[in-house]
Amino acid sequence: MNGSLLRRKAVNHLLTGLCALMVLVALLPLVSVLWLVIKNGAAGLSWTFFTALPRPVGEEGGGVGNAVVGTLYIVAIACAFGLPLGIGAGVYLAESRNGLFARGIRFTAELLAGVPSIVIGIVAYGVVVVPMKRFSALAGGVALALLMIPTLARATEDLVRLVPGSLREASLALGVPQWKTSLRVVLRTAMGGIVTAVLLSIARVAGETAPLLFTALNNQYWNLRPDQPTSTLTVQIFNYAISPYEDWHAKAWSAALVLLLVVGVLNLLARQMTRTRLKGAR
Amino acid sequence: MRARADTPQPAAARPRVNRGDRAWGLILSALGGAVLIIAGGIILSLVRVARPVFAEVGLEDFLTGQDWDPLSDVFGALPFIYGTVVTSVLAILIALPVALGMTLFLAEMGPKWLRQPVAFAVETLASIPSVVYGLWALFVLVPWLRQTVQPFLGDHLGFLPLFSGPPLGLGYLAAALVLAVMILPTIASVTGEVLKTAPVAVKEGALALGATRWEAIRMAVLPHSRPGIFGATLLGLGRALGETMAVTMVIGNSPTISASLFAPGYTLPSVIANEFAEAAGDRHTGALAALALVLFGITLLLNSVARLIMQRGQRKLQGRAA
Amino acid sequence: MNAATMHTDKIEANDLSVFFRQAQVLKRVALKVPEKKVMAVIGPSGCGKSTFLRALNRMHDLVPGARVEGRILLDGENINDPRVDAVALRRRVGMVFQRPNPFPSMSIFDNVAAGLKLNRVKGNHAEVVERCLRQAALWDEVKDRLGHSPLSLSGGQQQRLCIARALAVEPEVLLMDEPASALDPIATARIEELIHELKARYTIVIVTHNMQQAARVSDQTAFFYMGELIEVGATEQIFTNPREKRTEDYVTGKFG
Repeated sequence: MNGSLLRRKAVNHLLTGLCALMVLVALLPLVSVLWLVIKNGAAGLSWTFFTALPRPVGEEGGGVGNAVVGTLYIVAIACAFGLPLGIGAGVYLAESRNGLFARGIRFTAELLAGVPSIVIGIVAYGVVVVPMKRFSALAGGVALALLMIPTLARATEDLVRLVPGSLREASLALGVPQWKTSLRVVLRTAMGGIVTAVLLSIARVAGETAPLLFTALNNQYWNLRPDQPTSTLTVQIFNYAISPYEDWHAKAWSAALVLLLVVGVLNLLARQMTRTRLKGAR
Repeated sequence: MRARADTPQPAAARPRVNRGDRAWGLILSALGGAVLIIAGGIILSLVRVARPVFAEVGLEDFLTGQDWDPLSDVFGALPFIYGTVVTSVLAILIALPVALGMTLFLAEMGPKWLRQPVAFAVETLASIPSVVYGLWALFVLVPWLRQTVQPFLGDHLGFLPLFSGPPLGLGYLAAALVLAVMILPTIASVTGEVLKTAPVAVKEGALALGATRWEAIRMAVLPHSRPGIFGATLLGLGRALGETMAVTMVIGNSPTISASLFAPGYTLPSVIANEFAEAAGDRHTGALAALALVLFGITLLLNSVARLIMQRGQRKLQGRAA
Repeated sequence: MNAATMHTDKIEANDLSVFFRQAQVLKRVALKVPEKKVMAVIGPSGCGKSTFLRALNRMHDLVPGARVEGRILLDGENINDPRVDAVALRRRVGMVFQRPNPFPSMSIFDNVAAGLKLNRVKGNHAEVVERCLRQAALWDEVKDRLGHSPLSLSGGQQQRLCIARALAVEPEVLLMDEPASALDPIATARIEELIHELKARYTIVIVTHNMQQAARVSDQTAFFYMGELIEVGATEQIFTNPREKRTEDYVTGKFG
């Protein structure tokens, strides 16, 4: 009796300890990644790193200025396509009741959210690169937009559904047409949350590499033309990392630090917005 | 029918719709329909680019072919399918116990103040871009595997085919490890949600009968959470299968099938990432698109099954609550 | 058409039925609401009183599966005629809801001006806002913080804000769906006072489950039961000398 109780207690302690250990195991890579990116990347950061063009191997200096601009540019193109479509589809899902059409769209959006980004890259290649016969910023932007739309649609739907029906009724009872009620009352009330969702999805696509490899490709120079290949931070990190040159490895770490900062700031901004929004609602 | 001769048509039966409202309804339906068009477009454009290969090689030969030599127009997908499945399954085997242990500790055992910071850390883990993980894996994980882990495993377990061969660092094991790190947040967040819904009464009942905390978890929490954990596993698997950059940087890029986890291999997304931009002609491009189609099919299947399982689990819960 | 009578009828419902899918929740109601009077609608929950109220500004248009039959005359014109624009109608027939529902994303000022702004009515909005807030007896309490969020107001203040918002589009009729049910007694008393004042300008239909309230604020009372209009008459008569047994049972508290 006593022995079995002891054994059971021992099992309990052992497994509790094991689970605690797993928390540490899970957090170890995070600490390692963050620490090494900062350690290896910080030294290379300088003003010229942000403003200069890349230099060939062996030449001192040089930066990723064109890649920083290119990332911003392609993300902007992605937003131009992705935000209206994603948010619009979300509003549609929230406003249409559970008809067959709406249910089909909801299920499709959920499945699309799970499609690997590299597959989306091939789609953008087929839709934009093949007809234009060249790699381009536009193709990259379309690829990222396709990645934004499903997640943004589902997030928007949930947020619009959270707006109380009584607000919609109040507006309609003032003699406001439905479309204006949707846009100016319902959507406006949900706007704080939607902005958060938009920030999160921008943060996500800004870190994407795979769908850009054969859409935006890369470019050694500045480019702001939508029909030309364009450099991005992520593709630049990839190219530098798999190169055999020490100098470029260092640049990859620094560019990774820049990327993490961009993504991190966007995420923190989104968190902060959520927090103030919740406080305001109370 | 009910309306009498002198009453006008009942208004609500066919209410006059404001012109702006009708336009708004159309715009919204079009935006919603765009999602369907995108889904259709994805399949169509993949099939269109991939068609030359299916026409020439045939689906079966393509899926079972073991050789990949674009220059001689030989296209076999098996090494990539093998590599994708091996790395993803291995990643699940590593990540699932860690995620489960962690979420169990946070939900059932550990102090409450730990939850918030760990949740934040896991969110951060999820937000790190794939290419940064690849960089880290290439310069930190791979050397560690090559110098420490693989020699150790080779010395002690080298008689197993799994751990045979020279310690290269790059290969299936490195890819699986970095994948495990990357899918951990997905699995942890879903299992975390599932554990939250475990019935407290059963657990407390078990505790009141003198069960230890672990026994209460095993009897009350785990059986209840099993479908959810299974769904989380499938979702994680879906992510792992499609993950590209980090794997591409450490898999070793060798279109071969090897039993040893130390050996270099290749995965579906990696070969697309490496070869698509510089594909040698339409057939090569087509073969890569065909690989993407295979990947698309697998992830679609996995995700639908995962959603169905989790939905059914939820419905069962709601049924029980009602 | 009503020239002969002293009080013209603002609203006249004839043979009004409302269905939700197969269920008939309002059965051939015929009811006249005199102009610039307060009509209270009472009855146990589920008796159709809210359904009746919402038929008066065609809020049922927006509910899938809802069907309205019969006629509702507003100044002699049938509002259920398909040619009548429900959106324009709702500007003439305003509504105040059970729970205060100010727009949280707009300031106090913008809430009152919402109807004007969203309908693109030109003119001096500040003047209208002040007038309506005064009419709603809220001006003195909020005049120094018009730019604040309406969520900073108490429940009673929020409800008066909603009344001011409804008044701003200059309706002729005000529908009130249990406007004080979510409020404390003091806030309720203020709303009731307000109804007294508003009756000089507006025709008011108020749904309430509180019989004392109906007795205090209304000129006429209609008693609904199981989707039917049982009895309607002067409020005093309904509460002291009802003709119908069911009305008597209800107002004396024997059921409901």
